Amino acid sequence: MDEHRIRELLDDVKAGRLSRRSFIRGMVSLGLTAPLASQMLASAGVAQAQTKAAFNPTKRGGGGHLRTLWWQSPTLLNPHFAVGTKDQDASRVFYEPLAAFDPDGNLVPVLAAEAPSVQAGTVSKDGRSVTWRLKKNVAWHDGKPFTADDVLFNYEYIMDPATAAYNIGSYQEIEKIDKVDSHTVKLTFKRPMPFWADPFCGARGMILPKHVFAAYKGDKSREAPNNTKPVGTGPFKIVEFKPGDMVRAEINTSYHTANRPFFDTMEIKGGGDAISAARAVMQTAEYDFAWNMQVEDEILKRLETGGKGHAEITPTGYIEHIQCNQTDPWKEVDGERSSLKTKHPFLIDPAVRQALGLLVDRASVQEQIYGRTGIATANFLNAPSRFVSKNMKWELNVDKANQILEAAGWKKGPDGIRAKDGVKLKLVYATSVNAPRQKTQQIVKQAAAKAGIEMELKSVLANVFFASDPANPDTYTHFYTDLQMYTTTMTSPDPGFFMNQFTAKEAASKDNKWQGRNITRWQNADYDKLHQAAETELDPVKRAAMFVKMNDTVVSHGIVIPIVIRPAVAAISNKLKGVEQSGWDSNFWRLSHWYREA
Amino acid sequence: MAPHGTASEALRAGVAVRRPGGASLTQEAWRRFRRHRLAMFGTIVLGVMLGAVLLGPFVYTVPINEIDFKAKLKAPARAHPLGTDDLGQDLLARMLYGGRISMAVGVTAMLIAVCIGTLMGAVSGYVGGAVDTALMRITDLFLSLPNLPLLLLIVYLFRDALKKMVGPEAGVFLMIVAVIGGLRWMPVARLVRAQFLSLREKEFVEAARGLGAAPLRQVARHILPNAVGPIIVAGSLDVATAIIAESSLSFLGLGFPPDIPTWGRILFDAKDNLDFAPHWAIFPGTAIFLTVLSINYIGDGLRDALDPRKVLG
Repeated sequence: MDEHRIRELLDDVKAGRLSRRSFIRGMVSLGLTAPLASQMLASAGVAQAQTKAAFNPTKRGGGGHLRTLWWQSPTLLNPHFAVGTKDQDASRVFYEPLAAFDPDGNLVPVLAAEAPSVQAGTVSKDGRSVTWRLKKNVAWHDGKPFTADDVLFNYEYIMDPATAAYNIGSYQEIEKIDKVDSHTVKLTFKRPMPFWADPFCGARGMILPKHVFAAYKGDKSREAPNNTKPVGTGPFKIVEFKPGDMVRAEINTSYHTANRPFFDTMEIKGGGDAISAARAVMQTAEYDFAWNMQVEDEILKRLETGGKGHAEITPTGYIEHIQCNQTDPWKEVDGERSSLKTKHPFLIDPAVRQALGLLVDRASVQEQIYGRTGIATANFLNAPSRFVSKNMKWELNVDKANQILEAAGWKKGPDGIRAKDGVKLKLVYATSVNAPRQKTQQIVKQAAAKAGIEMELKSVLANVFFASDPANPDTYTHFYTDLQMYTTTMTSPDPGFFMNQFTAKEAASKDNKWQGRNITRWQNADYDKLHQAAETELDPVKRAAMFVKMNDTVVSHGIVIPIVIRPAVAAISNKLKGVEQSGWDSNFWRLSHWYREA
Repeated sequence: MAPHGTASEALRAGVAVRRPGGASLTQEAWRRFRRHRLAMFGTIVLGVMLGAVLLGPFVYTVPINEIDFKAKLKAPARAHPLGTDDLGQDLLARMLYGGRISMAVGVTAMLIAVCIGTLMGAVSGYVGGAVDTALMRITDLFLSLPNLPLLLLIVYLFRDALKKMVGPEAGVFLMIVAVIGGLRWMPVARLVRAQFLSLREKEFVEAARGLGAAPLRQVARHILPNAVGPIIVAGSLDVATAIIAESSLSFLGLGFPPDIPTWGRILFDAKDNLDFAPHWAIFPGTAIFLTVLSINYIGDGLRDALDPRKVLG
């Protein structure tokens, strides 16, 4: 579909000849996705649809106790330090953003009075500014009013580098932020922003109260006593927080949405593992909701037959993939391995990477291991669908892999392992401890052995593998192995941030305490240029083409081997209703609308 | 135990006394061991298991890592006598292979723990004084060390070096037995020390000392044989803990690579499927259980057979 045709359709929607929903459906089927299609409507001046609630209570509370289970437990309750989803979700019980993203990618106003749009004149035509009108009569849990000053404060708080807020990236494109009146703020961007709903929306946009946190900006940010005692605007107020164990909350009786929430008290219990969490919801019904079911589909299906709960599967852009280290993980230079000053002895050879790509049996991984919870893919960028490339293909072909390696001069030795110039194709393949991953490792290892590549499998406890401790050499960002496999999450419906993980400046190294997002340490000037250009491209169609090309570049170079798309899976009690999950926002984005059927 | 034997305790502990029937001390012990039914049962079971893991892979040549999704989670049948796991890999082949590792780890780690523990305890208990205090404080120090952080540290420091020296599997094996053995000798040391403290004051040791026996001879010929009972019991318990410790290390990602099917690893993989593929967990679980139980019984029998005091009844 060309640009012109899309514009015609947009006009149709505006004129009422085509419904919003069918426009979005149409775009999705064409390879655009919901959040972006929705943003296109917004920038074309079509009002945002409001998500309808299925249940309309006549009074607040009365719903009893809500029990939720987060098997990786929350450790802090400040949304700007919440690197992990667990902390973002727990913070979301207490704090709220200006607007949330619903499953279709629509902006749903929360602390904003309405979602900005070109039509209402709150989004400028050149995409350089957006005006947010805030909801009036919103009170913090301590009774103080919520105003524009709070929004301004959050910008300052996040942008102070000493605060070390994890979500600073979403705010860096803001040139200035002005208070128009006590309940209106205007954001001006440094460049035309194709995705203006990044700051102050969704999981990265929760708002802290100025009067509580003003004294703890910058260096002292981690010392704030309220980092563990939230004072927010959300539907629940904190009762008790035991880091790593339990969050207890009670109803906010002055919540800004009438007759919500339904539950009187709630808890987030931490600990255990995914499978016991699934059992607690779906088999024994001790809990109402459990997050992140990294459990084989077979087991989920068996648990569902009990009729007490079900697995809810929400599409996302999460991608389980194998990364090929481009630096030498076995040579230490200046106190670090996998240093940018080294080159991997054989993974820099495109033939080897191409052969590896042919040895991953994605169909079996999907069918035998992940089922509904992992869909085989050839692409790294899998959502929103307008950015999904149609050019990439995958196959399992051991013979072809053998031919490629043979042609590139890798000859089988007497031990059956290929070698060239004394370098043997022996590599260490790491991942976190997780049954589906160990099985995937074995499937890949077996195919690799047939192609003369020997793999040593390594599995690291998830807490260690995904830790951000610079002194821990077994984390995925250190990447002190040849291959590693895990899921990269995509938290925003715009792929700009997601795709910066292959740019040269993001390379993880000792200098940036391994906080860089480019884990493979791949360096490619063409890719960098393309990514930079996409950052300022306002035309949605051209921009999508750029991201497709970026995906094709990394995949065809074999820097990463995509395996399966991982949708978000939650276990939900069959009695719990209104739990509409969105792939673009926190699990608790609509907590105030949850209710239980008698 | 039935009373028999007449020679005095001191003499018995000292030299191999010829018994009226002409049986040596060893024969006598063996006779007593055989009378211990549970110990004999343990010996037979352990013998069968050892034979199976040592010779089994030569007879039963199904590969341990042949993935076959068509046969996944099959209950025991002719093609797969112990069934298959969720990748369709043959469990019997994996059990036989993994049993070698698990048993080797258990026995080797136990030997290390018993050797270090006996040495420390013997020196401490026999020499006494400042040496005793120093050694016992070292024992306390080791007892108070938090095991897991220490394990992490050791693994990070030596894993790669060992792997380079002797290859991944042998390297991990050496490291694991050293770590498990090196952290489990303290109870043995305390037991041995306590035995030595009381035994060195006994008349028969004093007699030996009076006859001019050198310290080493006193220890090796007179005191140690009398202290061997508790050591054997502690050692047999250590085999069990070592097998289990190996599986927990593998679980933490610090042990053998995940595709090496030690018994602990098979059990760990199987636990999520317990309700619909119980065979997967039952066989390795039973194997660990039987091994540990039989070693305990053997230890029990050995203690009775070797304890000179039992003879007096």
